[in-house]
Amino acid sequence: MFDGALQDLVEELGRLPGVGPKSAQRIAFYILASDPADVSRLATALRVVKEKVRFCEICGNISEETQCRICRDTRRNGAVLCVVEEAKDVVAIERTREFRGRYHVLGGAINPIEGVGPDNLRIRELMTRLADGEVTEVIIATDPNVEGEATATYLIRMLRPLGLTVSRLASGLPVGGDLEYADEVTLGRAFEGRRTVDV
Amino acid sequence: MYVSDLALTDFRSYREVVISLEAGITAFVGQNGQGKTNLVESIAYLSTFSSHRVAGDAALVRAGAERAIVQAKVQRGGRSNLLELEIVAGRANRARLNRSPTRPRELLGQLRCVLFAPEDLALIKGDPDGRRRFCDDLLTLLGPRMAGVRSDYERVVKQRNALLKTAGAARRAGSDGDIRTLDVWDAKAAATGAQLLAGRVRLLRDLRPHVQHAYEQVSGGQGTAEVSYRASLSSGGDDQVAEEELTQPDAVEAKLLEAMGRLRAREIERGVSLVGPHRDDVELTLGGLPAKGYASHGESWSFALALRLASYELLKGEGSWDGDGEPVLILDDVFAELDTRRRERLAELVAPAEQVLITAAVPQDVPATLTGVRLDVADGKVTRGD
Repeated sequence: MFDGALQDLVEELGRLPGVGPKSAQRIAFYILASDPADVSRLATALRVVKEKVRFCEICGNISEETQCRICRDTRRNGAVLCVVEEAKDVVAIERTREFRGRYHVLGGAINPIEGVGPDNLRIRELMTRLADGEVTEVIIATDPNVEGEATATYLIRMLRPLGLTVSRLASGLPVGGDLEYADEVTLGRAFEGRRTVDV
Repeated sequence: MYVSDLALTDFRSYREVVISLEAGITAFVGQNGQGKTNLVESIAYLSTFSSHRVAGDAALVRAGAERAIVQAKVQRGGRSNLLELEIVAGRANRARLNRSPTRPRELLGQLRCVLFAPEDLALIKGDPDGRRRFCDDLLTLLGPRMAGVRSDYERVVKQRNALLKTAGAARRAGSDGDIRTLDVWDAKAAATGAQLLAGRVRLLRDLRPHVQHAYEQVSGGQGTAEVSYRASLSSGGDDQVAEEELTQPDAVEAKLLEAMGRLRAREIERGVSLVGPHRDDVELTLGGLPAKGYASHGESWSFALALRLASYELLKGEGSWDGDGEPVLILDDVFAELDTRRRERLAELVAPAEQVLITAAVPQDVPATLTGVRLDVADGKVTRGD
């Protein structure tokens, strides 16, 4: 235990994800030993990020304006919508440069243990967005884990009556890998989702 | 297969120990508290990533050390593989196979063990969760894919229970809560649960003849041992679902969904999932009577041994896709628990196995039929006996 300000800092840092008590202490001492200018730059960055960054009013992605860059981009295909859990996932998909449609960020996945239900996610906003009929295809790109799969199933049930094309990202083998190194679950999934080849 | 070399670092009582083993019979002899069981426990841990003595990993790491390392060289079908596992309490294990880092799951199946221990008596006399774990552990050894199904199912049930609990509270407060999503969790629980359930039923079907045969031999032909699956999805009584139907995941999935629909009001009221493989049991009967409660101490032991011997036979026979599925047999302090007659019979049955590892406090406890290498264990040192 430390006195006053240092202990406060250790405790605050310890609340961050992925930072345990030992790491918190280490970071605190690093900050203590740093140049005052570096520290105030960090402090400013922390403050400004909360002031400036907000969520896009259309898709829920991170933005510094009321609408994000992707929603404002008129070259984007408005007929295809990709539904993801987090803004990080948008970045991941954007890196592929394969997808030219728009996104919808749910802000998480259905997770009763954490108390997250459909009302805590941006599902109502999604349904409103789909109401005008501009979107004809929805790609569901939630994580391939238990919670992500449950969210996908829930969405598919909600979307079914709307008569849209709905698809789920394929899961299976990583590109550039060896078949022999794939784990059984992934390989099993890849088998389930195999495709017929045109000959 | 057999283990030819074993090295432990900071595992349980051992700071460092290296021993070489041979195919055939090896007995670790030493007084209580010298570290015999720790040696065989480390081998068993490599094969299942769980210990028969404790639930958590913390106890496996020597007090004061940060991590324990288990290294074993396994000889299998003329090839030798080096398995290394680093156990850090409270964190994920790290594994290496033949010196290259790999996911711990890849090690599963490289070394197969069947372990007999005094704790096995709980399979007969204890609660259903021990019998479920017996099935699931064996399923995982036979097909590592089941490890994924198991953890998915546990996760789904946890989520579903959390939802049922809040839904119950919300309903009492007069709102609907997130009950709409229950259908989704029902579907997930039914799909993963059906795979687990069907896997267990198929396993028991395959295990049954081996159990009957082994029980007959251990007990000397007294009574018939029977194993059957008791699924929570049938409401009990006369409408037990036929076993054949329960081996089909699709049929089971439909039945689970139907049962969840039937029990929905009660599940919300109680806030727990009432149907599925996590509520099932394996029924063990002797001559038509349930072993739990009716069997004598000796009969219970015979049954426990029969279950382990049957696992051994099953792994040896059906798991031999690459020519050598024969597991290493580990008998941890069991002879002291048995009467002379059962001791002799068990000894005869295990003697032909490729590798048998025995621990005993008193050398006289080990039947004469099991003569082999004797290693003396005293104060954390292992020396070759006479």
